[in-house]
Amino acid sequence: MSYIKIRNLKYSYKDDNDEPIPVLRGVSLDIEKGEYVAILGHNGSGKSTLAKLLNLVIEDYDFFEGSIEVDGVDITSDDMTEDDIYELRKKIGMVFQNPDNQLVATIVEEDVAFGPENLGVPREEIRQRVDYALKTVGMTEFAHHEPHRLSGGQKQRIAIAGVIAMKPDCMIFDESTAMLDPMGRKDVVETIEKLNKEEGKTVITITHYMDEAVRADRVIVINDGKIILDGAPSKIFAQAEILRSAGLDLPQCADLLLRLREKGIKLEGEINTPEQCAQTIAQALNR
Amino acid sequence: MKSIAFGQYYPSNSIMHRLDPRMKIIMGILYIVTCFLCKNVITFGILMISALLLIIISKIPVKIVIRSIRAIIFIMIFTAVLNIFWTKGEDYELLLSWRFINIYSSGLYNAAFIVIRIVSMIIGTGIFLTYTTTPIQLTDGLEQLLSPLKVLKVPVHEFAMMMTIALRFIPTIIEETEKIMAAQKARGADFSNGSLVKRAKALIPVLIPLFISSFRRAGELATAMTCRCYRGGKGRTRLNVLRFSFKDFVALFLVIAFGTGIVLLNIYAPGYTM
Repeated sequence: MSYIKIRNLKYSYKDDNDEPIPVLRGVSLDIEKGEYVAILGHNGSGKSTLAKLLNLVIEDYDFFEGSIEVDGVDITSDDMTEDDIYELRKKIGMVFQNPDNQLVATIVEEDVAFGPENLGVPREEIRQRVDYALKTVGMTEFAHHEPHRLSGGQKQRIAIAGVIAMKPDCMIFDESTAMLDPMGRKDVVETIEKLNKEEGKTVITITHYMDEAVRADRVIVINDGKIILDGAPSKIFAQAEILRSAGLDLPQCADLLLRLREKGIKLEGEINTPEQCAQTIAQALNR
Repeated sequence: MKSIAFGQYYPSNSIMHRLDPRMKIIMGILYIVTCFLCKNVITFGILMISALLLIIISKIPVKIVIRSIRAIIFIMIFTAVLNIFWTKGEDYELLLSWRFINIYSSGLYNAAFIVIRIVSMIIGTGIFLTYTTTPIQLTDGLEQLLSPLKVLKVPVHEFAMMMTIALRFIPTIIEETEKIMAAQKARGADFSNGSLVKRAKALIPVLIPLFISSFRRAGELATAMTCRCYRGGKGRTRLNVLRFSFKDFVALFLVIAFGTGIVLLNIYAPGYTM
């Protein structure tokens, strides 16, 4: 059974006159435990709304249809109590775009402890979880720093540590790298990958950076509130036309390979990372 | 600007810095009460010495203390002058009499007492609280000291959380203000010339974007806190729990002993009494 099961999900925001503005127009999706999924889409495609619905952190549900099941629980049913929502948020952790607007405390370790504190975890265990979370994101030495003195990437890693300390099964990254410089982005992406590969967390990363999506096991492309592509990155990025119609550009290496192929050069094999791309081209040159 | 200091906190590792914030709040209050208990020459003299001792113990540079006293020098001079001219002490020596102005020795004493009292109060609150305790420690201390009020449905935790968030966002918002000001300057805004009204008006294009973005921040922060299972103080545990240690009780004992000593000296010591 899939960990997250979305069936025919429709959602609309309200405009000023209470008229619906459709954002999601019938999304069905299954995500298995331990998967590393990237959701791609241009601005306004509905990808962030989808993520927020998974944690039920959207203000009103007037224009809402379909169902979402998480870990076998139908979170869209009317029987969901406050406590059930609380349980849901324990299972699915979210990291947002702006690190500044996620950190609550004035000391790094106290911020990481915020989640476990809310869960009522005993003090000794909070200590262990905080130390472990900071170690996982490689920020142990900053435990007693003030967050506002850290760089964007460091702050975002603290925000991630704050979610790790809650021990969720699944982590959603809602454009968590969008505001970071290339160095910070690299650190955060590596942390995300580590969480999936070493900690076995289900990871859903929402992004419009192609080069990040390439690194996932599975890429889902959303356009105008519908899923238009779903599959392994190498398959997705072979479909340049559909991607362009969705307002997305190809990752640099996929674009390069596509152009080479168009010129009649034969290139074979899985091509996801720049390294694989370079290897493939080198092989073709040697032939 | 990133290095902006919160409040007046002066980092050091003195014994005063290491005391429990709750105890420091209690001691600060007791000390202020003691300032009001002093009545005669000897007790005010001791009060002055105690204030100096506090500065020495807490290793706060005198320069910094003087700076905070300077801020209220006007009030001090004003009350002192009032006391000199308005104290009517028929039993005391008349030092000067000119038309309607009569200055008695008691007036001079009272003026000096008031000045010592104000200075000691400032030094006392500074040393026990603002100089040696970070705002966040103060907030934590207050939350735990006031936690019995939760029984009366006072939202103690919520107030403490608001304080913490406010402290957390001060540097962020200052940074943002600077960015907006730079952006408006780049478009030709002038913040430093012209009349006061003109300069105040120039700030409007800074304040409006600042307000809007602060509201957006608040919304995003609320979502992030919700996702991290925040639901008020109910069932919350803490990573860092304040614990009283032996030195806290020794310090409290000293302050109480000091207050008691002052009260006794008020009764038994000779000299001018206020």
